[in-house]
Amino acid sequence: MSRLYVSRNPRVAARSIDGEMMIMSGRDSTLFTLNKTATVLWQSADGNTPLDEIVERRICVEFEVEPGQALLDAESLARELASHEILQLSERPIPQPTTAKHGESR
Amino acid sequence: MSGLLEEMTEKALRLNIPLNVQLDLTYRCNERCVHCYLDHNDHGEMTTAEIKHLLEEMADAGVFVLTLSGGEIFLRKDFFEILEHARRFMFCVKLKTNAVLIRAREAARLLDLGVESIQISIYSHRPEVHDAITLVPGSLKRSLDAIRFLKSQGLKVVIANVLMTQNMEDYPGVRALAAELGVECTLDPTVTPMMDGDRSPLNLGVEHSSLRQVFRDASLVGDVEQFCSIPPKPGESDLEARPCSAGHTACYVSPYGDVFPCVQFPLPTGNVRRQRFVDIWRRSDQMNEVRSIRLKDLTCTACTHVSTCTRCPGLAFMEGNMRGPSTQDCEKSFARTGIPSANMLAKKRSAVSLVQIRPVTEPSNTPATGAFA
Repeated sequence: MSRLYVSRNPRVAARSIDGEMMIMSGRDSTLFTLNKTATVLWQSADGNTPLDEIVERRICVEFEVEPGQALLDAESLARELASHEILQLSERPIPQPTTAKHGESR
Repeated sequence: MSGLLEEMTEKALRLNIPLNVQLDLTYRCNERCVHCYLDHNDHGEMTTAEIKHLLEEMADAGVFVLTLSGGEIFLRKDFFEILEHARRFMFCVKLKTNAVLIRAREAARLLDLGVESIQISIYSHRPEVHDAITLVPGSLKRSLDAIRFLKSQGLKVVIANVLMTQNMEDYPGVRALAAELGVECTLDPTVTPMMDGDRSPLNLGVEHSSLRQVFRDASLVGDVEQFCSIPPKPGESDLEARPCSAGHTACYVSPYGDVFPCVQFPLPTGNVRRQRFVDIWRRSDQMNEVRSIRLKDLTCTACTHVSTCTRCPGLAFMEGNMRGPSTQDCEKSFARTGIPSANMLAKKRSAVSLVQIRPVTEPSNTPATGAFA
């Protein structure tokens, strides 16, 4: 099975508030909020790390979930976010501007 | 406000996060609008590096919506460098401009950088009226050309139509023009005093009868009867409400780094050249004072209009008391409902009493205050 790479769409606006990511679609200004699990996926979507690695190294560790189910859920979420043009998906690594941020605030 | 936005705003209020900031990049301008409240001379604008640093501080503080305004933002030679930096930090960027300097190339760059919307001031659909307000011949044509360039890129454009005595009759024409161009149109009958307190621009504001006419235009306000109805008596919870977002989830930064609760609220709270943005936002005594005010604290709480009044605390501050009434908003409430505000009635009473105590020997053309000299 080919691996899936995920990348943040640089056209969106995003800011993390209290651990939850607020995202505005660049296509139609629709506002979304991501829960804490989806926020981890968003923050890890650097275009170079395959989704299964993100699930294994970040999501399973931080949320103590079963890896098989977590990967299925993450794929489903990634595809949904891609349908809103929030994430980009590819079977190859997606080049990123080195300076791009992911909307984190401290 | 959408449910999600309302939810995020509530969260920002609870966590004391400045969700919305207007940053004026310059007060310089290529137009000279007759009602403008700014001093257009450059008194030491922030450098590119200072602005980039500020943007990083704002991102850290949780600012989400960043409105870049002026003056005319495109007069800054580093405008696109600033915008690129803002987008790198994933702000939702809105622009306010007269668009005179936007051509096809600039429009394409704005699209590329993912700007959320561009608000453009249009005063009339007639060049002789618009250009007489901007004092720049040909400015309407250039602004409209820019709107077409932006629309051809698929960008969201909003026409801002400020109503004054000069263009009062033209708003239906501006709205028709906006519809033809496929852009939104907002209408605002508020003219503000100069930042130095000079109130002469207020003379350009629309008169009571015109304001009354605007508030009874169903195409603008929807259900006229409901919009102009006498407001209900406020409940206790209504009086616990915050007057507006200034200092609560929003603030304003001038081109010189001064931070204010709002662009219309000239109460200095700190300067980002000397303090961190987040420290000013969280710790400034002035910001905290603004933040502490609830409707129940106002001097005009007993007014009939308190539950529906659009009272601007910044305009009230410019009249001398941030907890007091804003006469312009009193006039709006009066134009809407036909009932004078408590402030208007008090002023009327005070004017009558001055006449009553004038000595009989006083010449009739002497100002009332002369009685005390």
